[in-house]
Amino acid sequence: MSVRYYRRVVAVGGGVLVFFSLLLSPSVSYAMHISEGFLPVQWAVFWWLVTIPFLVAGYRALQKITKDQPEVKLLLALAAAFGFLLSALKIPSVTGSCSHPTGIGLGTILFGPSVMSIIGFLILVFQALLLAHGGLTTLGANAFAMAIAGPWTTYVIYKILKRTGKEKVAIFAAVAGGNLLTYLITSIQLAIAFPASGGGIMVSLAKFAGIFALTQIPLSISEGLLTVLVWNWINAYAAEDLEKLKPLSQNR
Amino acid sequence: MSKTNQGNNGLENWLLVGAVVCLALFPLVFVKGEFEGADSQAEEAVTAISPSYQPWVENLFKPASGEIESLLFAVQAGMGAGVIGYIIGYYKGKKS
Repeated sequence: MSVRYYRRVVAVGGGVLVFFSLLLSPSVSYAMHISEGFLPVQWAVFWWLVTIPFLVAGYRALQKITKDQPEVKLLLALAAAFGFLLSALKIPSVTGSCSHPTGIGLGTILFGPSVMSIIGFLILVFQALLLAHGGLTTLGANAFAMAIAGPWTTYVIYKILKRTGKEKVAIFAAVAGGNLLTYLITSIQLAIAFPASGGGIMVSLAKFAGIFALTQIPLSISEGLLTVLVWNWINAYAAEDLEKLKPLSQNR
Repeated sequence: MSKTNQGNNGLENWLLVGAVVCLALFPLVFVKGEFEGADSQAEEAVTAISPSYQPWVENLFKPASGEIESLLFAVQAGMGAGVIGYIIGYYKGKKS
């Protein structure tokens, strides 16, 4: 991986930022999870029902990994800690507001999307209970966005791009893509629950996506870069355990 | 890869960190926003679209103030960073 490649990434990233900062009025917007009570009852129940089977599958996947290969628990803790750290970092964005990355991508690359559903869910529970960030009724919807749709997107992009042989590019793009999709799903969830009286769901979607997804673009780039950083460390110091994980994540 | 060009990786890692810092600083310098991220903003968007909507539950626990909230976020980040440092350090020590 050449330095030139990173120069290009930084240049393109800068260009994108300039573009959006010119495009957007500096209005304040809130861009994280859906707040407690801000989904109507039927939608809160609906997203809980969608999420539960994934959590059951995730719990089984987690049990299988820790039973078959207890020695990779340390890397699992690393993936969970990365999620905790990144989802606590509120970073300023080009829309003049703050949001935080999800930190789920690293674990998805290492352990597959199912396992990360559980870890993402636990992070959301922690934030809903202790930080009043998100909520228990909206936990189903938030978990679907951050702990299911996000990691599965990361997984699919990674699988496709990995074939090019450029592992780090694949990781960066997969993690950034999964992060963006998380907040796109959040926008869609709000838009379906609150269609605009004139124009319906699409008008609402444009409004919520403007709040949630645009703020998230530079953050998704940051998360992709930070994931590659930790990936480099793991490769440099824990290559042995990483090798043990490979057959696991390939079947998942 | 890692063993042969550790030096290269070092440079690459610094570039990665630098890029992230730049991405975070850029909006602070060039965008005149309030950077609040206040909960009320998404809630305002919902009320704008559907003025009759009333949130039907409240959070069980709310941090007493913005300061307490940022304390809790700092604790969360600190725990994460501590564990990451411990694990990377463990692997690094084991390898050398």
